[in-house]
Amino acid sequence: MKSTPFNPELSRRKFINSLGCLTIGFSLTSTPWASAEPLLAEEKLPGSLQKHPRIDAWLEVLGDGRVRVLTGKMELGQGLRIAIAQVAAEELDLEVEQVEVHLAETGRTPNEGYTAGSGSMENTAMSVRYAAAAARQALLELAAKQWDVSTDRLSMASGRVLWDASKEPLTFAELLNGAQLEQEVKLPVRLKARSEYRYVGKPILRKDIEQMVRAQPFYVQDLRFPGMVHARVVRPPAYEAKLLEFNESTFQAKVPGLLKVVKNGSFLGLITTDEYQAVQGQLLAREHVRWSTPKPLPQGQPLINYLKKLPTSSRTVKEKGAVEVLDKPTKSTWKAEYFKPYQMHGSIGPSCSVALYDGQVLHVWTHTQGVFPLRDALSKMLGMKPESLHVIGVPGSGCYGHNGADDVAADAALLALAYPNKPVRLQWSREEEHAWEPYGSAMWMAAEANLDASGRITHWRYGLWSDSHSTRPGGNAGNLLAARYLEKSFERPSSGYSGGAYRNSEPYYAIPNLKVDSHFFEGPLRVSALRSLGAYGNIFAIESFMDELAHRAQKDPIEFRLMHSEDERSMEVLKKLQEVLRPEKLNANEGIGVAFSRYKNVASYCAVAAKVAVDKKTGDVRLLKMWAVIDAGEVINPDGVKNQTEGGMVQAASWTLKEEVLFDKQHVSSRDWYSYPIFRCGEVPEVEVVVIDRPNEEPLGAGEAAQGPAAAAVVNAIYRACGKRVRHLPVKAAYLK
Amino acid sequence: MEADVTIEVNGKKHMLRVDPATPLLYVLRNQLELNGPKYGCGLEQCGSCMVLMDGVAMPSCRVPVESMQGRAITTLEGLTRADGALHPVQQAFVNEQAAQCGYCLNGMVISAVALLQANKKPDEAAIREGLQRVLCRCSVQPRVIRAVQRAAGTLQ
Repeated sequence: MKSTPFNPELSRRKFINSLGCLTIGFSLTSTPWASAEPLLAEEKLPGSLQKHPRIDAWLEVLGDGRVRVLTGKMELGQGLRIAIAQVAAEELDLEVEQVEVHLAETGRTPNEGYTAGSGSMENTAMSVRYAAAAARQALLELAAKQWDVSTDRLSMASGRVLWDASKEPLTFAELLNGAQLEQEVKLPVRLKARSEYRYVGKPILRKDIEQMVRAQPFYVQDLRFPGMVHARVVRPPAYEAKLLEFNESTFQAKVPGLLKVVKNGSFLGLITTDEYQAVQGQLLAREHVRWSTPKPLPQGQPLINYLKKLPTSSRTVKEKGAVEVLDKPTKSTWKAEYFKPYQMHGSIGPSCSVALYDGQVLHVWTHTQGVFPLRDALSKMLGMKPESLHVIGVPGSGCYGHNGADDVAADAALLALAYPNKPVRLQWSREEEHAWEPYGSAMWMAAEANLDASGRITHWRYGLWSDSHSTRPGGNAGNLLAARYLEKSFERPSSGYSGGAYRNSEPYYAIPNLKVDSHFFEGPLRVSALRSLGAYGNIFAIESFMDELAHRAQKDPIEFRLMHSEDERSMEVLKKLQEVLRPEKLNANEGIGVAFSRYKNVASYCAVAAKVAVDKKTGDVRLLKMWAVIDAGEVINPDGVKNQTEGGMVQAASWTLKEEVLFDKQHVSSRDWYSYPIFRCGEVPEVEVVVIDRPNEEPLGAGEAAQGPAAAAVVNAIYRACGKRVRHLPVKAAYLK
Repeated sequence: MEADVTIEVNGKKHMLRVDPATPLLYVLRNQLELNGPKYGCGLEQCGSCMVLMDGVAMPSCRVPVESMQGRAITTLEGLTRADGALHPVQQAFVNEQAAQCGYCLNGMVISAVALLQANKKPDEAAIREGLQRVLCRCSVQPRVIRAVQRAAGTLQ
């Protein structure tokens, strides 16, 4: 821990200066790989690289010959670092172990916004690929100049450039002589030929799993600094409750080790020497504080009925042909309505942050998904210049979207400012994470369609009703929980990013007449981005409805989907799923359901099947097995894609079969793992994932592709097993008896 | 409030001056600076904080440190051999890549070690039962089950 103000940007410049910084300009002329024709990328640079075109924004050559890759993204457990290391090692002919990946940090790494929406492969891994390829060319040029030889006679291995056996190879560090590659990556960029790949497309083991099993310090929760103190925040009993009175003197007398009480409007925090003192203080504070009683949350009716009465603003997402014929239903018209409740991220490790104000700069260690947007939001909340904030990304427990990570960082920042020169560690409790995180919005969906005599869909009308699916800070202080409770409070922005609600609301099928409308309401609970946003609810509805239509058309569910598919890649995942399922046998009371979607209609293709057994006496559902076939374009690490797809579909099955955030008139009542149960080991199905690698296609994120199809596959399987169509989640035993 | 408490962790005795009511977890993490056991719920519901107490996998988030006197506590750190070699269960988790975020991994490994001590050849149902106390939200349980099966094979 540094006691002097620490500015990473300055210290980095100082570091380079002390080595005698050279600005080297290179011409990126061609140097093909020895044996195979390289790929010439000349169309456009990947998104993040366009914003940060300098090579040294992405890559630094270290003194020992290793390469440090800088990314503005975060490791969320998705295996980001290994994929990035594979790509960099590939282009630079390094060993994977020679690549270190530095996660998002303000003042240090490129600003890549949020690590979200399954965009890291498309943007970051591709930016690193291009930057590494450009670095390769530049390093070869330098060696060629030094040896006075043509670059096409040179090769690279393990961080060194080689010529012939008589010449001592030159390391990257020797070639750069203390400088970094400051030039911009320019098109065309020569990429390694795919036939030459050693790492990309292979299931290289993640290095961090060994760190985890060795219990090495890894998570933000593991940070320990000399002199570190512990904090807790005293939450109000309800969203809108205001702090009326806090009896500080009697409270102080009862809490050993109490260093400071921080009170700012209705934000109340305490700082102690030891962590357990803070835990006790947090509980005890409830007896010394009086809050206002705000308007109660809606009670006494099914949530869907309440939501249906809320005012909405609407927009048409897609309109094609004419669907008015559906106004007059006929025998070939089918209608259904679906509902998904509020669901929570349910991170196993509650959010945590450490903050230190050194008098000039506020340092915040956080597991946010976006250090730069968080910095901008903190800057506004605290009235500090962005340059005075140093936000450092450190992995936390898996988040699956916008959980309490940003909020706890804001809490810690407020407390550290009030207690300078000490690192302040704030660990949220289980109850805080459960009761205060922003949930995935409840949604309801209505679908109607006409079939023609051949069983083809002729008309489709679909509406969805939802609250926002993103209230990430995004530079907006009002989206930080604490900011709403400060004396100078920030208003919660009234309408979030409604776009997330209609993600995947347009079916990825050929339907001649179609209309999709999205309706936005403001519901009773705090909401934001949960893995796949609206796609989970929309695909649950669309793919359940497709199954209902297939049944009416008397078609096999996979054949019915194939009949309406125009995209070869859709068809291939469906056919592959069909093949995988062929040998499967069913007992009485068992059923297999399938579903498909292309995530965001532009990303990964994923077809999922679920096999369930339904006990008709008790209504209990046992999920026996899940299969997925995924086409995520070019695969960097097939085991990474598998792991994400397995985990995604099982998590979505847990949402579907068990999960629902409940609330009473005061606040959220799902406050622990008994009141909000999720899958335990005994309920988790067997899994099988087939990855279709398409080396010549763009790589696509795989982290969210299975969420929606998994939900529909489960309810479709229940229908096949017992003939009951579940349209209201979570699946309840009472309905299946 | 504070008192001297002696506990044995990973084969070493530690005399500590602490509030004897402090849950073991906080002492392990903050006083002994161990990272294996993790805070997940503080309610003995999620298993993130599992340690071996005399060889039995137990949550450490509620049990007062003073009640641990005279008991042998092993954490994830204590499974690794002195020469740095991984315990077969730890190694199996690496080989099966049985993690995403890894936050649950401590509870899973500790539970698996206890299970395999009690039952050298667990079938899948026994493995699931042995891991039932530990929650994993990334949903890597199928991999964890494979890792335990692999470790069982190695240990035989």
